[in-house]
Amino acid sequence: MANMIQARGLVKRFGKVTALDGLDLDVPEGSVLGLLGPNGAGKTTAVKILTTLLTADAGQAMVAGIDVREDPQGVRGKIGLSGQFAAVDEYLTGYENLRMVGRLYRLSAKEAGVRARELLERFGLDDAADRPSKTYSGGMRRRLDLAGALVANPPVLVLDEPTTGLDPRSRQQMWDVIEELVSGGTTLLLTTQYLEEADMLADDIIVIDHGRAIAQGTSDELKSQFGQERIDVVVADAHDAAAAARIVNTVAFGTVTVKDRSISAAISGDGASHLVEVGKAILDARISILDLGMRRPTLDDVFLTLTGETVSDSEDVA
Amino acid sequence: MNAPRVLIDGWVVAQRNLIKIKRVPEILVFVLISPIMFVVLFAYVFGGAIDAGPGLNYREFLIAGIFAQTVVFGATFTGASLAEDMQKGFIDRFRSLPMSRSAVLVGRTGSDIVYNVISLVVMALTGLLVGWRARGSFLDSVSAFLLLIVFAYAISWVMAYIGLIVPSVDVINNASFMVIMPLTFVSNAFVPLETFPSALQTFAEWNPVSTVTQAVRELFGNVPDGFVAPDAWSLQHPVVYTLIWVGIIVIVFVPLSVRQYVRASAK
Repeated sequence: MANMIQARGLVKRFGKVTALDGLDLDVPEGSVLGLLGPNGAGKTTAVKILTTLLTADAGQAMVAGIDVREDPQGVRGKIGLSGQFAAVDEYLTGYENLRMVGRLYRLSAKEAGVRARELLERFGLDDAADRPSKTYSGGMRRRLDLAGALVANPPVLVLDEPTTGLDPRSRQQMWDVIEELVSGGTTLLLTTQYLEEADMLADDIIVIDHGRAIAQGTSDELKSQFGQERIDVVVADAHDAAAAARIVNTVAFGTVTVKDRSISAAISGDGASHLVEVGKAILDARISILDLGMRRPTLDDVFLTLTGETVSDSEDVA
Repeated sequence: MNAPRVLIDGWVVAQRNLIKIKRVPEILVFVLISPIMFVVLFAYVFGGAIDAGPGLNYREFLIAGIFAQTVVFGATFTGASLAEDMQKGFIDRFRSLPMSRSAVLVGRTGSDIVYNVISLVVMALTGLLVGWRARGSFLDSVSAFLLLIVFAYAISWVMAYIGLIVPSVDVINNASFMVIMPLTFVSNAFVPLETFPSALQTFAEWNPVSTVTQAVRELFGNVPDGFVAPDAWSLQHPVVYTLIWVGIIVIVFVPLSVRQYVRASAK
């Protein structure tokens, strides 16, 4: 399969800050690449270069077979971008916003109008279509912005942190919409701070920090390599901690840490059944506990493993 | 090559701006109130206090200056709107579309002409109420309004550039005031040039705000008989001199602003 997006050695500096430090990426046609990293990792800079908003200081990028540096206008005709801020005009209605974007993608006035209605219906915005988008919720605005990126049916879609700042329900709605798009065969580059999001939507994930890729693989590969699910047990009586730790050790992957009454260990494989096993064994041993739970790996865990620093540490540096 | 494209895309962008006039009545109120305020304030507050010279009706003398000042101030709106679009990421959206590179600016400055036309109409009506009369021919009056609109359009491009280089909307008013205040006040807009110290007088004589004011004043027939004609070439030929400035501003600031637009990107 041909790569719809391909970048080699992208470098971008802003004064003394190196935002991108030799980033490579490939997005085969019809697949989804998740670019995962904390704020300031260089995700948005990469997106801006690939969507012609910025020019790289070094390196080469091709989108839909077109060089972004040589023919930016050609690239613009092949992409749809939905950015971090929902770039919708709050005084225009949803319909007017989409119609305007359609006109600027060179649809005729009539085509742009038809297309706008179509998209509003598809994104569940038809009831709100003729209200100024000022009255929309955050989730509705993001959906409208995404609809704007789809007006021209672009073969390549770029979504920069599409769910950052959304409440859980709007986030879920956004995911549903994106999943539907992806199943329709759109090539997608998605940036996100959430492993869960990359996990759910992306075929392939690149973890990026300080402008370079620090890990790459499918979601399962990354999680099994860099961030395991963990079991945490808190016993009622510190004297039982050692006994509980022995039980946890039977399912642990790596070392079991014990601190006062808390026992924690990474686990591999099917986390839920391990949790049940541990719970049953603790019950059998008549150890009374305050808490027993499983924690899914977060970007923080993957990060910690990869860089030895937490996401927030890394943000301070960037 | 893509001249028609600029116009089509520019029109789409202008439509967006014009819809806002309907949706945000506050903007229109501001556009209407401030010229009324200027006319009434200057006519009644300063009108009696300042002696413009023998045989000179200050209120009549003043109107051309108020017109010029108001359209120059109005151009700030162009810059503020662009700065806001930039801050909200709207410019990025436009820049990712396969549209003409200058259409956003052409559309913006184009739609802002509508604001200027509205404010000129309102000012003229208010002026008539406070006793101002256009004493020249009808054609002269039309020329006067056209000159004001053309001049304002050029200033719009200066403000567009400022709007694209400032880091945020908050800065735009201060930044543009630093340009506008000296231009409008060190001019013949409100007081006859003879009252200035000589260095300032030279600046004022060649200041395009003075010449546009002078041109409009003459076209409206608001220059009294006994008025001493100024010596400077700029004020002897105010229409030509003003149009030269319009040309220079457009030649310099259109490419400058477009270049800035192409480079600019929200943080």
